Amino acid sequence: MAKFLTQEWADLYKEAINNNKAYEEAAKTWEGDFYFITEAGGPVKETLYQYIDLYHGKCRKVEMVKDPSKYKPEFTISAPYSIWKRMATKQLDSTKALITRQAKLTGNMAKIMRYVKAANELTNSTTQVPTEWLD
Amino acid sequence: MWTFSCPFIAYGDNALEYLAQIQGKKAFIVTDKNIVKLGLAKLVTDQLDTVNIKWEIFDEVEPEPSLETVKKGGIAVGKYQPDWVIGIGGGSCMDAAKAVIILLAKPDLQPDCIAASDTYNFRAKARLMAIPTTSGTGAEATWAIVLTDTKENRKLGLGTTECMPDVAILDPAMVTGMPPLITADTGMDVITHAIEGYVSTWGTSITEGPGLIACRKAFEYLLAAYKNGNDVEARKEMQNAAILGGMSFGNSMAGLGHSTGHAFGAIFHLPHGRTVGLFLPYTMEYLINGSEETTAKYAEISRYCRISSTGPDKECAKALVAKIRSLAKEIGQPLSVKDCGIDKAKYDEAIPGLIDRALNEVMTMTVTRVPGEEDLGKIFRYAYDGKNIDF
Repeated sequence: MAKFLTQEWADLYKEAINNNKAYEEAAKTWEGDFYFITEAGGPVKETLYQYIDLYHGKCRKVEMVKDPSKYKPEFTISAPYSIWKRMATKQLDSTKALITRQAKLTGNMAKIMRYVKAANELTNSTTQVPTEWLD
Repeated sequence: MWTFSCPFIAYGDNALEYLAQIQGKKAFIVTDKNIVKLGLAKLVTDQLDTVNIKWEIFDEVEPEPSLETVKKGGIAVGKYQPDWVIGIGGGSCMDAAKAVIILLAKPDLQPDCIAASDTYNFRAKARLMAIPTTSGTGAEATWAIVLTDTKENRKLGLGTTECMPDVAILDPAMVTGMPPLITADTGMDVITHAIEGYVSTWGTSITEGPGLIACRKAFEYLLAAYKNGNDVEARKEMQNAAILGGMSFGNSMAGLGHSTGHAFGAIFHLPHGRTVGLFLPYTMEYLINGSEETTAKYAEISRYCRISSTGPDKECAKALVAKIRSLAKEIGQPLSVKDCGIDKAKYDEAIPGLIDRALNEVMTMTVTRVPGEEDLGKIFRYAYDGKNIDF
């Protein structure tokens, strides 16, 4: 069991993505990196940045970053903790969260929408990580 | 949180007269050459003339509008600086109008970057109106924009909730001249929207209501509208069914019939309504075979539409599928891919691409039985010969 939004959790998430064959197949041509940003609020005292580098069906890096200027990812998705938790536990579809602006995306959404299956598998990978939630 | 949105709707006889009530100085009309040639754009501009609203027509929208066409429209609208953008036509023209109005606010934006998560505030400059000349896409009541990336031969599902038209005008005068084939193609689109909107996993009782009524009206009036285009009652009810279908799936999500039909249409360039209508029965059978929840919802539709009122859910749901196929046959729609005149070898060659496209549509995920690659491949193969889905 790893605490959500810690490096330990990030390492397990990377492992879960790399063990997900369906993700590997669906994302075999994907190239792109993200900041998953958890906005300050609730149990999250200050904004947290999780860097994720995804390349050709594999996850090359998941890193909790203190200084957001460290990377310049192609995409950012930001949302409050409660929304991330609901997406990670599949109570809220990530596309639905973007449409209703509960989560905010920067970057070319059309590119992401060509990899819906892969995005869905990323969420499935999240559910494989034994998670200690912050609330 | 989820939301429901729809436009202000002026409908029925002489609904175009609503144009004489709008406030504004300049209207930019997004349409196609055929709509202009048929005199349908003139019905709109005549009304604008009565209240001294100036107008300019951009008539370069093609079926399945490309990113390039939208860019051209964006340049033209930027020069004209209207306070209304009016899409007149089928889904292609209305979708193009939605994209063009965004470019009015953000001239430097690439159309394929129109994202649901962004805010464009185009209403600071102009308002959006949709006047359909077909009864099918429901685009007058949805915020989605479907554009075609001609380089990748792929349809792009774009849009933001902001793109919901402010006003939709449904005047039967705009649709009475519609030829039977287009009536049939677009009518199948209505049925597909209504059924898929009703059973969508993103649906709620708020979206089920319009979906259910749209189903009943389409089953009651599509054949009459097809047989006699001058049957004004049938035309009006199909207009109503189309917008209700749009309100249903546009506020929930369409399903597998759309994702498979979209994929097929993108590769073989057939009309949208025909392709989604073709795949609807196959995908419904697939769901009936593996989802009691969706079967029960199909049965509800079947009972409400008086197709099959007795018997267990599965029987009623299958009666609904049979009804769709018999109606499609009566209105001259293909029941299989083979009926579309597509060569088998070419189709087989395209199947990996069809699977890839369908897998990456959100609409594949909003059903209660999400198919993987293997099942999608089988659905596509069965549809070629018109074989009922038995898995």
